[in-house]
Amino acid sequence: MSAGIDTGDTAWMLVATALVLLMTPALGLFYAGLVRSKNTLNTFMMCVAAIAVATVTWAAVGYSLAFDGEGDLVGGLGHAFMSGVDFEPREGTAIPELVFFAFQAAFCIITVALISGAVVERMRFGPFLLFSALWSVLVYAVLAHWAFGGGWLISGGTLDFAGGVPVEMASGFSALAAALVVGARKDYGRQALLPHNAMYVLLGAGLLWFGWFGFNGGSGFSTGENSVLAFVNTLLCPATTLAVWFVLDVLRGRKVTAIGAATAIVVGCVLITPAGGYISPGWAMLLGALGAVPSWAIIAWRTRTRVDETLDVLAAHGTAGLLGILFIGFFAQKSWNGVADGLFYGNAAQLWDQVLAVLAAPAYAFAMTFVLLKAIGALMPLRVSDREEATGMDVTQHGEEAYVTGEGAILLLPDDEDRVGVPVADPG
Amino acid sequence: MKLVIGIVRPEQANQVLEALHRAEVRGFSISRVQGHGGEMDRVETYRGTTVQMGLSDKIRFEVAVSDDFVDKTVQALCEGGRTGEVGDGKIFVLPLERAVRIRTGDTDEGAVTPVSK
Repeated sequence: MSAGIDTGDTAWMLVATALVLLMTPALGLFYAGLVRSKNTLNTFMMCVAAIAVATVTWAAVGYSLAFDGEGDLVGGLGHAFMSGVDFEPREGTAIPELVFFAFQAAFCIITVALISGAVVERMRFGPFLLFSALWSVLVYAVLAHWAFGGGWLISGGTLDFAGGVPVEMASGFSALAAALVVGARKDYGRQALLPHNAMYVLLGAGLLWFGWFGFNGGSGFSTGENSVLAFVNTLLCPATTLAVWFVLDVLRGRKVTAIGAATAIVVGCVLITPAGGYISPGWAMLLGALGAVPSWAIIAWRTRTRVDETLDVLAAHGTAGLLGILFIGFFAQKSWNGVADGLFYGNAAQLWDQVLAVLAAPAYAFAMTFVLLKAIGALMPLRVSDREEATGMDVTQHGEEAYVTGEGAILLLPDDEDRVGVPVADPG
Repeated sequence: MKLVIGIVRPEQANQVLEALHRAEVRGFSISRVQGHGGEMDRVETYRGTTVQMGLSDKIRFEVAVSDDFVDKTVQALCEGGRTGEVGDGKIFVLPLERAVRIRTGDTDEGAVTPVSK
């Protein structure tokens, strides 16, 4: 063990890293339950793809651009291809840089996976892979540098505990851009497109919440007070969001809905993500309660627009992340976080630092994603044909179905290759 | 009085429902079925096992109508179900011997004619 390594911190961060990685398949479940059954596998596979693609780009250049050096806009290439990422402690922490690298990689992965919610049920798999690779470097790594890695936001004093800037606002506003560029599903606004499995949605939300304890609790990179605070706030804030969401559901439809509850869990976790280690448990509960309202209202309103931001990444992540970042500006409390007070405790400057982040991050994420997808779209079609969309993405993109019965399936042996694509009952 | 059976693509089922509604055909039932027409089979791969899927999911509409409504019903099924590709389905029209509305005991034409109240 190198000097300066704390074994307790390292043990927790190893667990936290695994918890954050679990969030991506959990998001896959959450998303897969929300789409139609013919698109189940493709929707989950976009999350799986994020693990494959973003891990590689992160190891190659993403980590370095985010966490090497103190450049204002972007980091250096000193850690490219994991050069110098070893057992020595990461600066400012008492954990090996390797663990820090893996923890941050899991953040990049889930953020890429989140955006898929805007384009499910119609975007071709190939262009999504290309988009994931480019976005993870050009958007995620840059914003992670701004907020975490020594860039202009963090060095200017903006507080973002676990990723309101690079994860939540970045994914939310990129999702809006992606939905605009890729366009609505062909049946959107004409047919009711319903979630096919509410159980997946609930199970996914539960696993996401579980993983989020690592996401927020690990973002202090230690077992110190900020981490403990963030961990406990990750219980309190989503629970109050959930309770308020029940009330909102009852006011609108007289019933508390299960998919609404699953959504509320995610919204609550997002709300506390930036603020977790900086605000008191009491303010965390208020944040959870107040923050439920805008996300709930945007989800209700969005379906009446022509914008098919299919799984409401903007409402759940963009908006809630933005509110969490702003909330720090008001209610951060030095007696709890040891770093800074907010406006409510006499430090108005903190609010300004937070406002800068909510202006810059969404603008950058939206603009870059828009340009990136337009560029990819110029090279290859972004979406499947109407016919393929009708048939379903599982069969057309992956050649598999989620709920296959096996009836009428004929085993093809190697010497049957010539039968491929020939009608069984050839009318001729 | 005829029984019209229409077998259509699942993704066209909503269009068929809309077409039937426009034709003022109000009573029908649907079921999920699997079948095979002249279409090319999908080839799928599961863990290295390649299979040819000989059956496709379809939706089967069953509509009992009085003689005046037979053509309208057939037309609605065609209109809603057609994509122009092989695999759009079939329509069968069968003579119907007897029909009873369970609630009132109405028989035949009276049973297959929607009531407004």
